[in-house]
Amino acid sequence: MFGSISETQKAILSGDIKCVDVVDHFLQKIDEKKHLNAFLTVTREQAYDAAKKQDKLVSSYGRAVLERLPLLGVVVSYKDLFLTKGVRTTAGSRVLESYIPTYSATIVERSHTSGMIMIGKTNCDAWAHGASGENSDFGPTLNPHNNEFVPGGSSSGSAVSVAAGLSHVSFGTDTGGSVRQPANFCGIYGLKPTYGAVSRYGVVAMASSLDCVGVFSGYLGDCKKVFDVVRGTDGRDATLKNGGFHIGRKPVIGVPDEYFSEDVDPVVLENVMQALEVFKGGGYKVKRVKLPSTKYAISVYYIVQPAEVSSNLARYDGIRFGESREMFGLEAKRRIVLGTFVLSSGYYDEYYKKASKVRTLIINEFDEAFKSVDVLISPVSPSTPFRIGEKSADPLKMYLSDILTVPANIAGIPALSVPFGRYKEFPLGFQLMGPKFSEEILFEVAGDFERMTDYKFIPV
Amino acid sequence: MDEKFEPVMGLEVHIELSTMSKMFCGCASDHFGKPPNTQVCPVCLGMPGSLPFPNLEAVKDVIKLGLSVNSSISRFSKFDRKHYFYPDLPKGYQISQYDLPLCSGGHIILRSGKKINIRRIHIEEDTAKLLHVSNDEESYSLIDFNRSGVALCEMVTEPDFNRVEEVVEFLKEVQLIVRYLGISSADMEKGSMRLEANLSVRRVGEVGLPDYKVELKNINSFRFLDKALRYEIERQIRILKDKEKVIQETRGYDQSKGVTFSQRSKEEEMDYRYFPEPDIPPMVFDDKFISGIVRELPELPYAKRDRYLSDYGLPSNYVEVLVSEPERAAFFEHAVRLDSRYKVGVKTIANLIVNKDFDRKYPSPESFMKKILDLMKKEYASGDLTSKAVREVISENIKAVEDYNKGKGEVVGFLIGQVQKKLRGKGDPALILQQLNNALKVKGKL
Repeated sequence: MFGSISETQKAILSGDIKCVDVVDHFLQKIDEKKHLNAFLTVTREQAYDAAKKQDKLVSSYGRAVLERLPLLGVVVSYKDLFLTKGVRTTAGSRVLESYIPTYSATIVERSHTSGMIMIGKTNCDAWAHGASGENSDFGPTLNPHNNEFVPGGSSSGSAVSVAAGLSHVSFGTDTGGSVRQPANFCGIYGLKPTYGAVSRYGVVAMASSLDCVGVFSGYLGDCKKVFDVVRGTDGRDATLKNGGFHIGRKPVIGVPDEYFSEDVDPVVLENVMQALEVFKGGGYKVKRVKLPSTKYAISVYYIVQPAEVSSNLARYDGIRFGESREMFGLEAKRRIVLGTFVLSSGYYDEYYKKASKVRTLIINEFDEAFKSVDVLISPVSPSTPFRIGEKSADPLKMYLSDILTVPANIAGIPALSVPFGRYKEFPLGFQLMGPKFSEEILFEVAGDFERMTDYKFIPV
Repeated sequence: MDEKFEPVMGLEVHIELSTMSKMFCGCASDHFGKPPNTQVCPVCLGMPGSLPFPNLEAVKDVIKLGLSVNSSISRFSKFDRKHYFYPDLPKGYQISQYDLPLCSGGHIILRSGKKINIRRIHIEEDTAKLLHVSNDEESYSLIDFNRSGVALCEMVTEPDFNRVEEVVEFLKEVQLIVRYLGISSADMEKGSMRLEANLSVRRVGEVGLPDYKVELKNINSFRFLDKALRYEIERQIRILKDKEKVIQETRGYDQSKGVTFSQRSKEEEMDYRYFPEPDIPPMVFDDKFISGIVRELPELPYAKRDRYLSDYGLPSNYVEVLVSEPERAAFFEHAVRLDSRYKVGVKTIANLIVNKDFDRKYPSPESFMKKILDLMKKEYASGDLTSKAVREVISENIKAVEDYNKGKGEVVGFLIGQVQKKLRGKGDPALILQQLNNALKVKGKL
């Protein structure tokens, strides 16, 4: 009843339950799973208010409500990077501990006008800096499959929110893998759309040329429904474009050699190879492709990203938005210093400019690859979930968690993390990448895979 | 031996564009005299998550200015972030343009024929306004964000100025062009045109730039511009004459004391850590876009001057007055068009505007022309009266007529005076002259 969007809507419209019951259900789950530390703020009252309004609409208009509210009764959580008018937004940092925004992000507005009900704001690595959730100033989020392990990051709470059944769907941000990797560690779908497909307006910026608003869901169809509602130009984010296409034949799957290297845990590799067998068995054509500059992606990322971070964090001057600059954590300070250095005169050409050139090279290689294949398949994280504390003392090791997800951000292409397989108690999976605005094709391929494997999402 | 020195000056001119909305958000940009912080939004306040959405009109305005001063327009341009910390800059960076400005090169030619070269013209956002309050009890600063994010255009010249008059003439010309384009009020007193001068001094005869420069700031009227520049030039010459070195620094101008004072030593160059603004895609302009803007350009003051001189044969001081305000020039041209019906003559029209401010007294060109006609009727005696007076004067001044016949042409002036006396000054000089000439010719033949 509280599983997928269509299941819940069916129950609401048939009169079996009310929207208020849906809210009850998820609030109860949130209370039960408090120890996971997935939420920084639970918006109990707002959720009930919204649900009551929707219940009234349902009782007066019945099914017709769906025309105005296509996502009626859908309970959503937002990574605490999305500005929510009147509701505290911290970005996971003590610097914004008491910051209450005066406006809402475009995607928050669009979600609410389409009928989604906000249940709360989720925990994340401070300023979205991290791949484990351990960098949150409000304590780490725990992996629901084993509480001694990390859920991935930086959109940790959002991934857990969906994986543990605390909301239907959740919004995260993906700058270098922050949606796909936690989705992978938690066993759910995680979409990082094309750069410029979904508005960044009202999202605390990390690295502006890489940031993407992403969607978490347990069910593939839900991901698509939510993406369709929030995508598209808004007159506020100048980098937005409208796009999308179909190819009208069975997509050809590319296997990039560089993503299957010995740096990737054999367990992870073996699992992706199995997925590939499923595709082959389903009649998909599979081709090997080369993306030789992949090895530079993480270097490019750790120049461009801190550069933009250092610029974007300049506004948190300790005068406005609440708390002092002393509250910045180590990782933010590290990136501010690194970014300031690579942009300094005398070093700009050597670092930032060179990184931009390599970035172009990586983009060109993807373009070239997509001439012969329609989607690429690869592992998401080079390892299975790691223990809390295992990598937190070694930033470089942590940075390498992003090695397989970062290229899609550098190239601005869409990528979808798909749950498949298990290792011990942990879920595994793979990612599909496609050319810009190929989200429909990614959904199509993942949907086919779901049917072939008879996959069913079960919250932890 | 008394050494001669000359200043070497370059300018940075900031012009606040009068677009309806600000550079990157929908807030109204006309901030003059508005209650503080009433025209603000998340974007111009630098709130978390806000993003800039560029104003295409402002971009077009800057391209218009570039086209009007012979700049070449970049087909590929972009915005960059310029970082520095100051309370008037809420994001910690200003969105400006670094290596690919909208316009590069260009020049303006002064009356002397000297060419002042323009290095670049770019677009950026204005900062907020700081108000420093200080009294016996306390001292604090207030910030008004109404100005934050207003579209600003910056023109940078080459160091081609060697005389204060050149600077003033150049600035007045820029101001005039901007006003003709209608892209800004370019009012120095209101801060919609702001100026920084880079100034150094060298010995006359030396070529090349001196090894230092002083940046002169907060000059907010033409009157103070002249004074500030002269003061600073004299100050530097004094230092050089004493065989001392002028310190490279930023200096301000104190209006009340009439002196410049040190604001900030510039020994260490600021590092603005420019990088391409990732929130705004680069701009690509095709020929069609540029030619569309060219078609929108009005006739500019320098073209108008040439035309008034050549088509109407007006004296250059008249031309200057007519061209000095776009509204005046438009009024004059409207009146001239109406003259095909009224036939009072371009010179009469120009004369009444320049010397009598008739355009101010009669704001519609139609009423202006009618007034001229009325005046002419009232003032000038009729043709019959005039010829009667001429006949009388000739018969009463036989001596003068004889002198005239002997070749003393200058007596005509005396005779005109006599005719005017009879007409009580209401004669039409042209008509009197014509009639006198006719009458004298007839007399001469007798």
